[in-house]
Amino acid sequence: MKLVAAAAGALVLVCLLSLSLGARQIPLDQVVRALTDAEVSQEVRDVIWSVRAPRTMLGVLAGVALGLSGALMQALTRNPLADPGILGVSAGAAFAVVLSMGLLGIMTMSGFVWFAFAGALIASIVVYGLAGLGRDGMSPVKLALAGVAVTFLLSSVTSAFVLVDPESLSRYRFWSAGSLSGAGTQVVPQLLPFVAVGAVLALASAPALNSIALGDDVARGLGRRVGWVRVQGAAAVMLLTGAAVAAIGPVVFVGLVVPHLARLMARHGGREADHRLLLPVSALLAPCLLLVADIAGRIIAPPIEVQAGLLVALIGGPFFLVLARRQRLAQL
Amino acid sequence: MNRVTFRLAVPPVSGVLRPRLIVVCVAVTAVTFLAFCLGIGLGEFPLSLGEVIQSLLGTGDQGIAFVVRELRLPRALTGLLAGAAFGLSGALFQAMTRNPLASPDMIGVTQGAGVAVVAGLVLGVGSGLPVLGFAGAVAAALLTYLLAWGRGSTGYRIVLVGIGVSWICTSATEYLMVTSGDFQAQQALGWLFGNLNGRSWSHAVPLALALAVLLPAALLLGRWTRALQLGDEVATVLGTPVQAARLALLLTGVALVAFATAAAGPIAFVALGAPQIAQRLARTAWPPPVASALAGAGVVLAADLVARLLIPDVELPVGVVTGVLGAPLLLWLLARGRRT
Repeated sequence: MKLVAAAAGALVLVCLLSLSLGARQIPLDQVVRALTDAEVSQEVRDVIWSVRAPRTMLGVLAGVALGLSGALMQALTRNPLADPGILGVSAGAAFAVVLSMGLLGIMTMSGFVWFAFAGALIASIVVYGLAGLGRDGMSPVKLALAGVAVTFLLSSVTSAFVLVDPESLSRYRFWSAGSLSGAGTQVVPQLLPFVAVGAVLALASAPALNSIALGDDVARGLGRRVGWVRVQGAAAVMLLTGAAVAAIGPVVFVGLVVPHLARLMARHGGREADHRLLLPVSALLAPCLLLVADIAGRIIAPPIEVQAGLLVALIGGPFFLVLARRQRLAQL
Repeated sequence: MNRVTFRLAVPPVSGVLRPRLIVVCVAVTAVTFLAFCLGIGLGEFPLSLGEVIQSLLGTGDQGIAFVVRELRLPRALTGLLAGAAFGLSGALFQAMTRNPLASPDMIGVTQGAGVAVVAGLVLGVGSGLPVLGFAGAVAAALLTYLLAWGRGSTGYRIVLVGIGVSWICTSATEYLMVTSGDFQAQQALGWLFGNLNGRSWSHAVPLALALAVLLPAALLLGRWTRALQLGDEVATVLGTPVQAARLALLLTGVALVAFATAAAGPIAFVALGAPQIAQRLARTAWPPPVASALAGAGVVLAADLVARLLIPDVELPVGVVTGVLGAPLLLWLLARGRRT
């Protein structure tokens, strides 16, 4: 519980920083006053409520979704290399975005959110269906391989499109780099229901994931319906990752690195394999990483904003390397 | 009947034969050879299968022989060798780490090559891109190995560190492409997919020499791979020099990818998909090295053929088609998988 509280505290702090830092620095006490409806200048109020608050909320929403789906994905496939994109979600979203740009001429972020979401859902359903075919049924390896194969398939077609049509190349490059600034204010309420349902599904499956970690046969012996848990988990991953990728682009690295971090932190209490702890901690840490990357992108090279998606891997990557190097990571 | 053990008294030899694996190797070789010859026959001046084989054997018309040997053979050979190198390297990595996702295009080797070449393009380095790609791949792999060297490197840690390195390289590449001009980005994208267009003997020969050394090395290391698959503890008890074996395997795998990438660019999916396709065709418990190499060559050549047949006007990079062609094959094999 202490760990969850600490992670929540960190998230609140990062959110305040995200409201405060940027092209125009706003001191933290003014941020708090603007949030609590006390007296601040109209200008500060505008910056916070119309620019930074939606952006921060988007970061929190997408971060929670990516953290949860990453932890879920690694548990479902029992593979530490699995990221939330491995069900084909990001490739599906990217494919749909490129199609909507190339064939329908849609060029605004709010225009292709729904295409991205639909593409993500369809791709992951296809992956899931393919992995379940065959006489030996679903297995973690088959799920991971089917996901990778569909990802390669879709991204090949996407690349072919982009190569043939240079006009959509630059738009696609911007989207695929991943940014919190492009989406606009209306995206958060649009995607919130999907993330909420996905989060409930994910958190509810935590006890069953603990059993699955022991192997399918043991889990069955413990009375779990393994197939059903996988369906529930995959549904949660589809909703969460689909929403996140639709909103901010394929920034799946967050979902890869954060569960490892959560597992490392849970080691001290000896609960590194307890998904009832890992899922909430991942959900709280992931938005921290995403927002830190976004803040860094705002202040690193003014007046240019560097996309958060690029900095997530540049900040999270070395961090991940240190993690992998210094500690014996909990094996899955 | 998946395996036959034989023992001979004179000469004193024993071993295990896998008839299914042998059949798969022969069949894949046949398909690869067909794609190779058809690929050579395709072009502005189309040649029949018979003419191609004749000129490859050194008989037949002199003019045709010139077209085949000087213009078409380097491209086909580069594809063949690069595909084989990617497939073999993927098989080594996947067997060593016991993880089907741990191919060189997942753990940073390919991405290292990518960031080096894109940086070269953006900075305006005109020639020497293959050398940059080679250096990038080797640098990324060395970085991965050094960083993974804690209290002894384990396959698991190599994979995790490799993923981190791969993401850092990918982001750096994306950053370079976002900040660069559209033309450079387009050029970089064309390279990043892997390309067989305009290959000459200067691409094929270094790759062939490298494979001549690395292929036997990889096969000799095969017995260690199988021991490592049992886990470090068991492998040590069995008398395997675990750290040395892992370093040798890593170096071989990386060298294969680096040479292939330098010649043909990072052709997507082959290193990951070919070993899995071979393993599932042969129904073995690990990716079989020779069959993986053959499958890799087959996928690349078939993809190149399809790319040129389907859209003759656009020189589509072969790496765009390997995924379209190889992924459904892998999916089909996954779907009809048997309980083992």
